[in-house]
Amino acid sequence: MRFYEHEAKDLLARHGVPLPQRRVALTPEDAATATSDLGGPVVLKSQVLSGGRMKAGGVRFADTPEEAAEAAEAILAIEINGLQPMGVLVEERGEVEQEYYAAVTWDAAVRRPVVIFSDMGGIDIEEVAEQHPEHLSRTHLSNLRPFSDFEAKLAVSRTGVTGNELNRLSRIVGALVQVFLAYDLTLAEINPIGRLAGGAFVALDSHVDMEEEARGTHARLLAGLGIPDEDTRQARPPTEFEIAGAQVDAADTRGVAGRVVEFGGNLGLIIGAGGGSLTLFDAVRGAGGDPANYCEIGGNPSVAKAAALTKLVMSKPGVEKIAVMMNVVSNTRVDIMARGVIKGVIEAGRDPAEAIAIFRIPGSWEDEGVKILERYGVEYVDRSVSMHEAAQRAVEKAAAGTGGG
Amino acid sequence: MAMFIRVDIDDSVQQDAGLRARLAEICPVDIFALEGERLETVESNLDECTICDLCIEAAGDAVRVVKLYEE
Ligand code: SF4
Repeated sequence: MRFYEHEAKDLLARHGVPLPQRRVALTPEDAATATSDLGGPVVLKSQVLSGGRMKAGGVRFADTPEEAAEAAEAILAIEINGLQPMGVLVEERGEVEQEYYAAVTWDAAVRRPVVIFSDMGGIDIEEVAEQHPEHLSRTHLSNLRPFSDFEAKLAVSRTGVTGNELNRLSRIVGALVQVFLAYDLTLAEINPIGRLAGGAFVALDSHVDMEEEARGTHARLLAGLGIPDEDTRQARPPTEFEIAGAQVDAADTRGVAGRVVEFGGNLGLIIGAGGGSLTLFDAVRGAGGDPANYCEIGGNPSVAKAAALTKLVMSKPGVEKIAVMMNVVSNTRVDIMARGVIKGVIEAGRDPAEAIAIFRIPGSWEDEGVKILERYGVEYVDRSVSMHEAAQRAVEKAAAGTGGG
Repeated sequence: MAMFIRVDIDDSVQQDAGLRARLAEICPVDIFALEGERLETVESNLDECTICDLCIEAAGDAVRVVKLYEE
């Protein structure tokens, strides 16, 4: 779940990160008032859930309230990557002598949080990593030990920063880690941290993403930030297909058919189980496949739910075949999934033997499931065929445009 | 129309009000429903049968769960 910059900064402020004085303006008049309140030159920034603000003209400077009103009017009219700004952040503007970068995120490879710090901020951090690796540090944190300020200091000092700067930047990085941990974030980034003329350090821009599943845990925080439950914060509005997917899930409390996301490909996916969805989606992409959708089905869904999801995916224009693949299941039943998928395909007016490129769901009630699949001529593979191999076969069959086993 | 499961109820079940009520209560996916003095199967729920055999345990031979894909 994405946060607007002003919300991200409110989170940072709660943990003592120094920030410029700022106001959120919803109209040009608000922006003029904010500028006169702040009493000096300001920067005005589009509050939009997208990157690329500077390039799109969503960041402007003003020295007077009149200029600020003009800038805000221009910014509010600019759609960035298809998204309308919710307002403009008006911030006091100081002279920046040097910029730094700090972020905390998850390192999926080692399954630990990692602090990334650079003394070259304000630019694309990937570029710094590639061209100036000596200016970037990666410091992994423990999942077990509590975070220590020493680790923040280590992260900063690894780029060669010393003395008073080291102490002040370490405090900011330490606070950023606290924010990351306190709110179940997937990313907490300040880019840049600015050292102003006069020596003060401030967080000039910030990007924060929260784990979607943590919304319930942090309901009070979100309410305090004025974020209502229905504000999904998706990067784009849901498509009709995605809305229909959510309706399939909501219509039946048995099991889960969630996170239905539409893509432009031709291979429909009915995937899930124990993190299997992401692995299988990646496996399909890795095999050169072009998924029509992403989804997460599991938790012992009813036949009706599996059928409704299958019918929806199968009915998407351009989808000739579906791949039904899961990790090994224990709670979800293979025979119930087989019934549901076959029913959905038939209800979509298709032949299961032709339309189902592969069915790989090993686990409970597998023997019963196999009987059903054999009856309808559907190709079945058991756990001796890896998820990656199954994905490869599905992609090949989708490309060949022929069905059968 | 159910594709995978058929449930046959013997006439003897219809003579036993207690058994009819028990079957209507026992099935986890509501395949049995009381309709006046009769016990009927709910067509739209048949394919949800979990093959738990609770109905067989309650009614013995008087209820038969048929897997259509085995026929
Ligand atoms: S076997 Fe279980 S689920 Fe199926 S009809 Fe009997 S009681 Fe219902």
